[in-house]
Amino acid sequence: MGNRIITIVWQLVRNWFDPRELRSVGNTPDYRFSLANERTFLAWLRTGLALIAGGLAAAQFLPTLPLVHLREAIAVALLLLGGAVAVRAVDHWARTERAIRLGEELPASRFPAVLALTVGFGALSLVVAVLAGAISG
Amino acid sequence: MTTARDPGLQPERTRLAWRRTLLALTVVALLTVRLAVTRGPGEAGLAALAVLGWSTTITLCWRRATGSGRPRTGGPLLALVGLAAVGFALLGALLALRGL
Repeated sequence: MGNRIITIVWQLVRNWFDPRELRSVGNTPDYRFSLANERTFLAWLRTGLALIAGGLAAAQFLPTLPLVHLREAIAVALLLLGGAVAVRAVDHWARTERAIRLGEELPASRFPAVLALTVGFGALSLVVAVLAGAISG
Repeated sequence: MTTARDPGLQPERTRLAWRRTLLALTVVALLTVRLAVTRGPGEAGLAALAVLGWSTTITLCWRRATGSGRPRTGGPLLALVGLAAVGFALLGALLALRGL
């Protein structure tokens, strides 16, 4: 079971870095579609980089917060979220490219909704934490 | 010529998207180096790693951001910038936690 998962992940990562197999399926589309797919990837990557920049800023510009290690928790959560967005951006680009080449439906994704809810929930809990600190302090 | 069948300036827009992305990556690299430097001389190695990762990525992606002529799409470069982003995220997490 563990071995199978490792094999699948390895296959996936190899296809990201060596997209020859991707180029061998289906037909080469109008290059404008590939360029549009690439721009979507880059926009997602910038979203991830913005989250990572937020985490790096939290780690060095926030003062020490009243809750123990809250600053580090915020920083690491943002950094990991940004990294996950970047990985998912590469995977989604590859799956979209494959679908375009094969003339299939573009891959549907719950990821944008999950990301929006996560960021919204995180912001809300920080608002609660700040208000609680203001009231008790 | 490609101009006749490409009224949407697609290669140009993609080039500008690459520039924005490399700019964002540069900001992330600067923040990482600053975090490492403020944590003291013990983190000089990680600061150097950040500079190395940044310069490698910029060098490899430079033609996508500035090149003219036939547009190139896809390829391992996309996975490479993704890897660079993940690398900075891990480096940042390591630096944030080592400060505890």
